Amino acid sequence: MFDVHEMEVNFGPQHPSTHGVLRVLLRIDGERIIDAKPIIGYLHRGTEKLFENMSYPMCIPHTDRMDYVASATNNLGFVETVEKLMGITKQIPKRAQLMRVMLSELQRISSHLLWLATHAIDIGAMTPFFYCFREREQVLDLFEEYCGARLTLNCMRIGGMPDDLPPGWLDGVEKFVDKFEDAVDEYESLLTNNRIWKKRTVGIGVITPEDAIDWGITGPPLRGSGVEWDLRRAQPYECYPELKFEIPIGKNGDTYDRYLVRMEEMRQSNWILKQCIPLVKATPAGDIKAKISRVVRPPEGEVYHSIESPKGELGYYIVSDGKSQSAYRCHVRPPSFVNLQALPAMAKGHLVSDLVALIGTIDIVLGEVDR
Amino acid sequence: MTQDLLMRYLIWPLVKFLVAFIVVQVIVAAMNWIERRLLGLMQARLGPNRVGREFGIPWGLAQIVADPIKFILKEDIVPSSAETVAYFLGPMLPLIPAFLVFCLIPYGPPPTFVVTHINVGLLLILALTSTGVYGIILGGWASNNKYSLMGGLRSAAQMVSYEVPFGLSIVGVLMLCGSFDLVRIINYQADHVWNLFPQLIAAFIFLVAMNAENNRTPFDLPEAESELVAGYHTEYSAMKFAFFMLAEYSSMTVNCCLMVSLFFGGWTMAINGYGLTTGVLRGWGIYGGILGAVIFISKVMLFMLMYIWFRATFPRFRFDQLMELGWKWMIPLALANIAVTGIVVLLGQELNFQGEVVLSIAGAAIIAFTLYLLLRPRAKVTHARRVSEA
Repeated sequence: MFDVHEMEVNFGPQHPSTHGVLRVLLRIDGERIIDAKPIIGYLHRGTEKLFENMSYPMCIPHTDRMDYVASATNNLGFVETVEKLMGITKQIPKRAQLMRVMLSELQRISSHLLWLATHAIDIGAMTPFFYCFREREQVLDLFEEYCGARLTLNCMRIGGMPDDLPPGWLDGVEKFVDKFEDAVDEYESLLTNNRIWKKRTVGIGVITPEDAIDWGITGPPLRGSGVEWDLRRAQPYECYPELKFEIPIGKNGDTYDRYLVRMEEMRQSNWILKQCIPLVKATPAGDIKAKISRVVRPPEGEVYHSIESPKGELGYYIVSDGKSQSAYRCHVRPPSFVNLQALPAMAKGHLVSDLVALIGTIDIVLGEVDR
Repeated sequence: MTQDLLMRYLIWPLVKFLVAFIVVQVIVAAMNWIERRLLGLMQARLGPNRVGREFGIPWGLAQIVADPIKFILKEDIVPSSAETVAYFLGPMLPLIPAFLVFCLIPYGPPPTFVVTHINVGLLLILALTSTGVYGIILGGWASNNKYSLMGGLRSAAQMVSYEVPFGLSIVGVLMLCGSFDLVRIINYQADHVWNLFPQLIAAFIFLVAMNAENNRTPFDLPEAESELVAGYHTEYSAMKFAFFMLAEYSSMTVNCCLMVSLFFGGWTMAINGYGLTTGVLRGWGIYGGILGAVIFISKVMLFMLMYIWFRATFPRFRFDQLMELGWKWMIPLALANIAVTGIVVLLGQELNFQGEVVLSIAGAAIIAFTLYLLLRPRAKVTHARRVSEA
């Protein structure tokens, strides 16, 4: 069946660097990968089916558990989709919109920090892991101060936000934002010009822009290939049109470019946060909810809405029958799931060590892949 | 007469070996704690700081004792599909050469602080240390685990490749000192200058090669956690795993001892015959000897700390890149170093100048230039520009 030189290895689901329970069925010749086949489903919880039996507000905590390292953006995607279905997108108060943006950008920072930490430790650089967690801890503290939870935030509601900002929260964000730029510099001083880091990432897992679009790749992997596509700019939502930020793009589409893109995205998120603080202060306190009925019962229809989550395009497709309080059908388009498709093509011909770097560079969260 | 011989050739060396062995093992055990604490300091965390607090032992120092106790008490698992004999031999084989080598290292001025004084000691050390790899291959293969096997294979290829520059880098030193005897090499350095200066390139190659030999970061591919789970010792638990670790840390210590003896003047602290030479230390009797040993161990510890520093700093090489570095850079560089050293020494003899002085000046110049490159103020490159360039 196999050539005698080939060996079949199960890379995962229990493996230190598959970021959860991804299993990659490898066929290797020595260390060179002939074929890599991702096998998913070890974390399948039937979230989409669950949504059909729950009222819309009840779904929000379940969205937390999909991309569990970026729950705020998951919340955002879901509540915005339902709002779009109900046609109340325009009614969301400014303060609530800004708070949503701030939480999502903080979430983007924390998600990218976790990505950098694990990506670096996968490639063998141990120290950035702890440095990243040091800052991520501060972001999580801010989340905790706002909603009491650190990971699964459940921090948004259909029509607005659950609570107003606690006193002093903005000062905390300001303090974090001021120091964060230096922290990113610190990570970069460890990695960006490091010869070994470059050797391990430059030219590894190249995706051409055409391929990236064909695969449906979104987020930093797409921008790393040089396609300027960011839903915050392309299909603006919330108050992103009023905020200034740049979309970093790479050129070669390799692991190193994706690294640079994400590093720059953290800086851009930081910049967005900086702009948000005075804007939030200018809005009236307590104005955080649209005036809608407590019972969420959208009219009959279907809607697809997507946002830019830290990992790419996070889309929700909801069908409502107009009668019940729960969705007739809900489908999630998770960025990790779609981006993961490219793994076999990226891994072919590389070494086993590179597979680890590639899994890291796609930035998958299995909760989201399997749902 | 017989008693004399017994004392001289059996009892006395045995006592010395035991003392050396215990001292080194204490260093190895302490290294575990030092490594974790120091890594903690470098990585914005604390490291183990709790164990022993109940007994008034500060800084978690009791960790040094707690770790071995844990290793002994853990369940010793033998995988059902393992090749039993080889599986047991795996952890033992690397230990034997790692421990034996300690008889050959001169820790202080002879005769008291040298366990066995052999005139080809260096050669024997090289021969012994290179056998350590067998245990790793055997253990990796016997575990009947694909990851272990890959770890074992990586280790075999890596150690065999880096054995070459490791050995070649020493040749320059041998040419200067004219001896395989570590004691004579050290005395030569005290009378002239640390071999670091005339043999700078060799010292650099030796440093890289010794990291690779010991499977330490950035060359820790055989046990690369994120790739091969734990490499060759994936299936080993309890004391068997501890044996692997003991062997690794012991051979780290040995290589640091070699580094210090070959390039950093061993137990002496002298230049051109001035300072703490062997003669001066011997003049102070046993106290001089102890001072020499302390100097030696301090230097060794500095290099042990360097290992930790590397571990905190570097990412890991890929397998083919490691081979490339070894065969395409290290070996040619080592050969070039031999050629240059040989030519300069020969010319010195023919034209009546001191070859090692010329080499030392060149080495010192390289060091100064490197320091300048490292310490010069550099413009901070902002990231946004780099992305737009990319």
